[in-house]
Amino acid sequence: VRAPPESFPVAARRELADIQLRTNLRRATDTIRDKRAHVIAELPDWEELREAGRAIKADVLARLDEYLLEFEAAVHAAGGHVHWARNGAEACAIVTKVARAHGAAEVVKVKSLTTDEIELNAALAADGIRALETDFAELILQLDGDWPSHILVPAIHRNRSEIRDLFARTIAPGIASDDPRDLAEAARLYLREHFLAAKVGVSGANFGVAETGTLVVVESEGNGRMCTTLPPVLVTVLGIEKLVPNFADLEVFLQLLPRSSTGERMNPYTSLWTGASEGQELHVVLLDNGRTRVLADPVGRDALHCIRCSACLNVCPVYTRTGGHAYGSVYPGPIGAILTPQLVGIENAASLPFASSLCGACYEVCPVKIDIPSVLLHLRAAAVRAKASRIERLAMRAAARTFSGRRRFMLAQRLGRLAQPLATRSGLLRAWTGTRELKRIPRQPFRNWWTDR
Amino acid sequence: VRIALFATCVGDTLFPEAARATVTVLERLGHEVVFPQEQTCCGQMHLNSGYPDEAARLARRFVDTFAHCELVVAPSSSCVGAIRELYPRLGVVDPLLHRVFELSELLVHRLRIDDVGATFPHRVAYHPTCHSLRVTRVGDAPLTLLHRVRGLEFVELPRAQECCGFGGTFSLKNADTSSAMLADKCSSIEETSAEFCAALDGSCLLQIGGGLSRSGSRVQPIHLAQILAAR
Repeated sequence: VRAPPESFPVAARRELADIQLRTNLRRATDTIRDKRAHVIAELPDWEELREAGRAIKADVLARLDEYLLEFEAAVHAAGGHVHWARNGAEACAIVTKVARAHGAAEVVKVKSLTTDEIELNAALAADGIRALETDFAELILQLDGDWPSHILVPAIHRNRSEIRDLFARTIAPGIASDDPRDLAEAARLYLREHFLAAKVGVSGANFGVAETGTLVVVESEGNGRMCTTLPPVLVTVLGIEKLVPNFADLEVFLQLLPRSSTGERMNPYTSLWTGASEGQELHVVLLDNGRTRVLADPVGRDALHCIRCSACLNVCPVYTRTGGHAYGSVYPGPIGAILTPQLVGIENAASLPFASSLCGACYEVCPVKIDIPSVLLHLRAAAVRAKASRIERLAMRAAARTFSGRRRFMLAQRLGRLAQPLATRSGLLRAWTGTRELKRIPRQPFRNWWTDR
Repeated sequence: VRIALFATCVGDTLFPEAARATVTVLERLGHEVVFPQEQTCCGQMHLNSGYPDEAARLARRFVDTFAHCELVVAPSSSCVGAIRELYPRLGVVDPLLHRVFELSELLVHRLRIDDVGATFPHRVAYHPTCHSLRVTRVGDAPLTLLHRVRGLEFVELPRAQECCGFGGTFSLKNADTSSAMLADKCSSIEETSAEFCAALDGSCLLQIGGGLSRSGSRVQPIHLAQILAAR
């Protein structure tokens, strides 16, 4: 995973200036948020489902070594190949090797965060192999050299006239309509040829079942199924945390995921495959890429429970203002704020755990009950140890000392009141006063009133 | 009942009117209020800013200061949330923690009072602060109390449950994002016909009040305790 190129406050400032982006985002996330709330209210056992999801994931992480070996054996038994990749480079090399072995000049891809994480497309391109994104939104971004700003709705920051103009320049010369149906038809015509010609498909997976070696992709468009069924060779890159122990566990997650992500009772396409049949080839790449390091942290490892539903993005008051690009990572929003710093090292993303007002809305909606605010606090402490400025440390230590005794605190109250006008005028409090008035500290603190009464 | 008041550092310094109102309400209901003089800050700022060691020291200090008290009340859901729900994660565990309440939950859930005999003939919108909803979980206690205030006209706040953007040091470290959140909160408040916007936390009122007054709004921020104390 690449570290964010700039700190969150700097990137957020730029993104916030884009009023169109904020309006688009707000409208889109409001819609999904309301749909989600509606379909979740229908289920009387939602809380039990969440608890089941959490418990299954906790068990998977506690016995990950066993489940991985069980999964590997099951994939072998079903006629598939299993590869182990310590990092993104190794994973990319494996995919490239498979594609080259079959003489593929192009691979068709299922929307996959994991392959974005390892920058697979760039690695394939370096070897002369074109990776074609077939998810509608991913295709849009790929054609424009843009990158996703939402886990589930990657092009949430783009509107349809922008997309029409892009298609006119690229895959559908002369297209005049920006009707979503016409845009989809243009993409369909373009993609069909590639689906039929492709020798190699590449996917991630939402789940891998240890018991049976089954892989699962949940999607809306059906383009993923084209990639997993039409080409004779399929390579699936799977983060090692994506396992579930048993086939029956899918019952829990296939209820939790669509309701949390798109606000649907069931997603349109759920593809499951186990091994390979005659004349076909399946390669599964099991990817670590920092995950075992996350696993070693008893608090931070909760981030590995994530099933990438993006419900936390849609309710986050920070994400819905700044959008995903401000997070500088393929994993934006609250989950990104706890996952990215752990994957790239806290010193390389120290501002991300602070990109939250700790309002707790993310924890409330998380289908597997990741206590994101607690992990944020845990990572903030790590970020302070790794990166806090001397000035900040001194100020926080001085504040703690002020609070350590009644007399010191009372003195600070008096000095604060005296210094406030000057501090305001001098611009020292600009971070606050730039957009907000600062309440004048009253002459009489409560404790003085209490003593005097 | 004898009730110890934890004014909180923000309440003591910036919102003494809310702490005074808390005293007024409780005394009117016949309770004895005491104010342990050694109190300062619960440590939440340090905890939330990545300084757990300093926070733990302040947490232990809070426990020492209030250990002898039968009941503790604070006019802040956020500080109560830090004390009751987060102290244990700092390794500070004490039976006291279960005796610390935010004002509205103390009144409604513990003392079983929903009418404090207040009169406040104004249109009031209520902003449920994030920590009151999702950390301290005061439920509808504040609304129960507000609905019994004579003359008060309750106006619904759109997107009420969305954060105002304060978030402690977040408001400074991520001032632009915090301000964008605040701007939306202020527009929601302006959409109502409210004269007052009430909340349980001085910190959020500092943010909302600061935004409202910068934009020239006539809506006044007010702490719930002040409404309950009015007659």
